[in-house]
Amino acid sequence: MIGPSSQPASSRRAYVNADIVAPAQGLSGRGGVLIEDGWILAAGPKVTRETVGSGAAVIDCAGLTLIPGLIDMRVFTGEPGTEYRETLASASEAAAAGGVTTMIVMPNTLPVIDDAAIVDFILRRARDTALVRVAPMAAITKGLAGEAMTEIGALKEAGAVAVTDGTRGVASANLLRRAMTYAGDFDMLVVQHVEEPTLATGVMNASEIAGRLGLAGIPAMAEVIMLERDLRLVELTGARYHAAQISCRHSLEVMRAAKARGLPVTCGVSIHHLSLNENDIGAYRTFAKLSPPLRGEDDRRALVEGLADGTIDVIVSGHDPQSADTKRLPFAEAAFGAIGLDTMLSAALGLYHNENMPLARLIEAMSSKPAEILRLDTGRLEAGAPADFALVYLTRSWTVEDEVLRSRSKNSPFEHRTLEGRAVETVVAGRSVYTYPR
Amino acid sequence: MTSSQRPQPLFKSPHLLSIGDISPFEIVALLDLADTYVEVSRQIDKRHAVLSGRTQVNLFFEASTRTQSSFEIAGKRLGADVMNMAVASSAIAKGETVLDTAMTINAMHPDFLVVRHPSSGAVELLAQKVGCAVINAGDGQHEHPSQALLDALTIRRRKGRLEGLTVAICGDVLHSRVARSNIHLLTKLGARVRVVAPSTLLPTGIGNFGVEVHRTMAKGLAGADVVMMLRLQLERMTGAFVPSSREYYRFFGLNEEKLRLAKPDALVMHPGPMNRGIEIDSSVADGVQSVIREQVEMGVAVRMAVLDALSRNMPGGGNG
Repeated sequence: MIGPSSQPASSRRAYVNADIVAPAQGLSGRGGVLIEDGWILAAGPKVTRETVGSGAAVIDCAGLTLIPGLIDMRVFTGEPGTEYRETLASASEAAAAGGVTTMIVMPNTLPVIDDAAIVDFILRRARDTALVRVAPMAAITKGLAGEAMTEIGALKEAGAVAVTDGTRGVASANLLRRAMTYAGDFDMLVVQHVEEPTLATGVMNASEIAGRLGLAGIPAMAEVIMLERDLRLVELTGARYHAAQISCRHSLEVMRAAKARGLPVTCGVSIHHLSLNENDIGAYRTFAKLSPPLRGEDDRRALVEGLADGTIDVIVSGHDPQSADTKRLPFAEAAFGAIGLDTMLSAALGLYHNENMPLARLIEAMSSKPAEILRLDTGRLEAGAPADFALVYLTRSWTVEDEVLRSRSKNSPFEHRTLEGRAVETVVAGRSVYTYPR
Repeated sequence: MTSSQRPQPLFKSPHLLSIGDISPFEIVALLDLADTYVEVSRQIDKRHAVLSGRTQVNLFFEASTRTQSSFEIAGKRLGADVMNMAVASSAIAKGETVLDTAMTINAMHPDFLVVRHPSSGAVELLAQKVGCAVINAGDGQHEHPSQALLDALTIRRRKGRLEGLTVAICGDVLHSRVARSNIHLLTKLGARVRVVAPSTLLPTGIGNFGVEVHRTMAKGLAGADVVMMLRLQLERMTGAFVPSSREYYRFFGLNEEKLRLAKPDALVMHPGPMNRGIEIDSSVADGVQSVIREQVEMGVAVRMAVLDALSRNMPGGGNG
């Protein structure tokens, strides 16, 4: 993974008097972080104005919460191919504004990230243009066509952190079995979009609302069937497996059982599925057209519970920029996807403010957990770790409007909503890449 | 009604997008007004001037013969200038989106846009962006409000009421905008609605639509006052939703034998175009209980009423 390098990191600085939340290090309470040359020298309660000495610039963070920089495991950009929707640079601005210091970008680009040269292109473009760290997942199958596996070994060497077909599930059980077996030799994580494609031909959740709106439905079982099949393949192959997003309560049962059996499996959920439900589609709002679809309120509540009890490992934004040409269309014709880098942290804080979700669990699910699954050295606040962190004003409310969003596309399902809490400063490799007027 | 009288407002919304959005009072007012236009249409001189100077554009993104000509005749009888645009063949083929097409036409200052589109919700999307009255002439599998109004008018004129009647809607409810609009309208006006279809042609959650659900014609038609057949699209019959047209006809096609299960004076209705020998037998479609041709006549009257009612909400209109 390559970090931003356009400026040298400043010399020794100390962020003190903050409320630190770094669950992987067991940090919770008043403390600070001392950094130098892009690395953390010390973190915790002992880092104070008095202890850091005169050699460090001191930044007082009274009233703010200091968290590890967030790692977003599911980000789509338009680079290469549809740069008018989003570039790595514009996505990274949205990320920085949302406290995200590492974006894992998906291979669904033009051309597809299915070749080591394209992995290399992404890493170089990110190094030269992006404000935050970027690492790609590469395709499992060439051209995302679901037919032949990619050069998983070469992709890993080039810097891909996992393989996935992004928005597509690998339909062929035999192909996925081989890819899992082969990926296992390289200790490569296999990430799957869990949706059985012949069942998932609709455009929203299969429900009474879909029936009333006259829209074709996608049953929750389309997800459960694919997930159950994949977990049996994990049993067969022993591969490390991550379900990119789950959206319904049945999938939670399946994941709980698989983890209880000791399988090397993890799963994610998008912030939208934790915060919204199918009612948010209202009168055909295409910004709420997501894949997997938003489900009912029972499912949303179950997902919140599943996150709280750790059945769900990570929260992702699922950031997927779409513009007027793909969203200002009749619902069935519009593209799936919503942007989320700008709003993931704020929407997650909504769960803390309104649904009793422990702050530590939220931060863990967006920092140290994805780091652990992807084997990254970020996502932690301790001596020797990269200086990636964010300062958060927990009760600062702001309203999601086009002019505030940093993403080049504006397809946020939270548009016009007021969210409570946001990042006010984001630091990547010791460099402040975003500040919000405090 | 003469033009010297100041007509009453009938309608809250500037558009007619769905029956789901309008109140029972508005429905009854529209039906009452439509009754007067039935008489007008039966006179030798059918011309009225209530829409004189108004421009009506029929914007059809999906082919239609009867609905489009019905709206065209309705507009012309009321004195509007009517233009038909079949978009399926022109702009869309060049990659233009619905909204682009609508905005282009909107810039020509029509007073009414009558829109049909193959996607659910498309007409509503368009109505948010244009400055004229929009009438939904069918959006995907969502709604077809003027069809439900004309069906209600037909029933009310024959039976004298809607309240308390048992109406069986039979066939491809899943893909039918006619069924959805009729379910809304008939339940709002107090009719008992049954849907009769194989489970593969019923929408998810139909049990919560306020209707009785039946999977056999024997149960669904028993004692019905009205039997409303739906068109089965040819592409649904090839194994994806039902195994074949002959199997469908055997279990769900309306013939004289099945019709005898309904009340002796039950009305037979069909929104057209019919697949004779698939969902309905010719002997029934053309029989004494059939009001299918009357539905077409009521269609013009109902659309005249809708255009008149919406024009009253316009600047310079009856209430303007």
